[in-house]
Amino acid sequence: MTARTVGVGIGADQLDTTDMVLNIGPQHPSTHGVLRLRLVLDGERIVSAEPIVGYMHRGAEKLFEVRDYRQIVMLANRHDWLSAFANELGVVLAVERMLGMEVPQRAVWARTLLAELNRVLNHLMFLGSYPLELGAITPIFHAFREREEIQAVMEEISGGRMHFMFNRVGGLKEDLPAGWIGRVRHAVATVRTRLSGLDDLVSGNEIFRARTRGVGVLTPALVAAYGVSGPIARASGVDFDLRRDEPYLAYGELADVLRVVTREEGDCLARFECLLEQVHVSLDLADACCDRLDELPQGPVNLRLPKVLKAPEGHTYAWTENPLGLNGYYLVSRGEKTPWRLKLRSASYNNVQVLTELLPGCLIADMVAILGSLFFVVGDIDK
Amino acid sequence: MDLTPAPVERTPVDLPPPRLGVLSRLAPDPVRLVLNWGRRYSLWVFNFGLACCAIEFIASSMAKHDFIRLGVIPFAPGPRQADLMVVSGTVSDKMAPAIKRLYEQMPEPKYVISFGSCANCGGPYWDSYCVTKGVDQIVPVDVYVPGCPPRPEALLQGILKLQERIAVENPAARYARKLPAAALGRPLVAPPTPPAGDAR
Repeated sequence: MTARTVGVGIGADQLDTTDMVLNIGPQHPSTHGVLRLRLVLDGERIVSAEPIVGYMHRGAEKLFEVRDYRQIVMLANRHDWLSAFANELGVVLAVERMLGMEVPQRAVWARTLLAELNRVLNHLMFLGSYPLELGAITPIFHAFREREEIQAVMEEISGGRMHFMFNRVGGLKEDLPAGWIGRVRHAVATVRTRLSGLDDLVSGNEIFRARTRGVGVLTPALVAAYGVSGPIARASGVDFDLRRDEPYLAYGELADVLRVVTREEGDCLARFECLLEQVHVSLDLADACCDRLDELPQGPVNLRLPKVLKAPEGHTYAWTENPLGLNGYYLVSRGEKTPWRLKLRSASYNNVQVLTELLPGCLIADMVAILGSLFFVVGDIDK
Repeated sequence: MDLTPAPVERTPVDLPPPRLGVLSRLAPDPVRLVLNWGRRYSLWVFNFGLACCAIEFIASSMAKHDFIRLGVIPFAPGPRQADLMVVSGTVSDKMAPAIKRLYEQMPEPKYVISFGSCANCGGPYWDSYCVTKGVDQIVPVDVYVPGCPPRPEALLQGILKLQERIAVENPAARYARKLPAAALGRPLVAPPTPPAGDAR
């Protein structure tokens, strides 16, 4: 607790202020989840901020060690509940690499398509919830209407609305149903046409721009220092996207469709625009995948697995460009049917740590804008 | 001069238990009907969104499923203005005290819906070292909604179940006084007489 003298105006030497510690969370409307922040305030201004994590810690990494490779997929898709498919993907890619499996072509393209649809689902959630946190209620209704469109096709194929469980080691659970590609195209086209409505509602809004432009500027140096990744890093001008820079799945062949969206400003508005633009890119990618899947001949979508699936001794690191950033799995196997260690590197954990640098000097009202613009999922922070 | 009045010897009296009168047997039924009808369709809900299920909770409140048509209003500013708490998601041991505390802040009558497997029993985290195996270990739960995560339709069904319960509820029985008023006026219980031949 430090006493501070305000050196302005009459009686400046008498007017002392003391720091106030303000605890936000773990249950607070602006934290959309159970993130807790401990702020030290000088009046309205934040002196220091400390995110206190762990309220959602579920011990997934430890549980990976007592689940076999088929069961891990189910736990893995739950840490970042908005990008379940992308999370599954990291695990199965790691195990497939350990086993030296060659996944059928059809499964690779279907995975790419589903990963992009999942990215759209994830981004739409934040495109709706971020204006909500800034006081605009309407966009979330639009965002969820679009989400239901995409969720309907995802549900048709996998049976799940959020946790798809459609990845298997060696491919996919089942082949794509007849006529499904056409319905995907229709959903993608619908979302694309309606997205401009969401864009008009939010992006041109004077209040929204006033609250986000120039607020919470994240420098590329901080991005590097804290390991920030994903759309947040790209909004600060860090041009890094694993889909382009270390292509996995079929992204190598989609290079002409894949645009990596970057912004230079690094403020909240840039982060939001980055997200919005990425939805357009993902929808284009989904269309390209649909085209390719139409051309591909019928064939298997998975490989036959042994009854007891054991990864050979060794270790590997599989990382993917999740909707929220880099998601990596470091798999260490000792030849058992369960991994010896499966370290999870989740995007939101690093992205949230940068709050300690971003928040000091801001007003409390900006805290809400900055916090929301970091696009985190609490399960992804706490694992 | 001593102004203190002489102590009056007071003998405790057994008071009769409070009653509402002769008509009380007839009157409460229609009143209760109206009261319960009003209560069941104005459930201000406090969403304790913890994990994946919170997203499905939000989806239920959106245009497609829209639980506001059932009278569930998700705009409670906090637990102190809420009638219903929906615990949606995994309850970790670190979070449990906060849930308990927020539940205690809610005014009576209050209801809890446990939404999703994690809140019901731990779900997929049944063998985790840091997950509370069910929110019912901390707060009483009225309706359990199974699923991981449950579909929005399942939440709507859970809400209907809760409304059925509220409709037949008797608040007088729920908040009956545990002790008669007379119990307060009784003297202290005398200690038992020591058995004969006790050397103490």
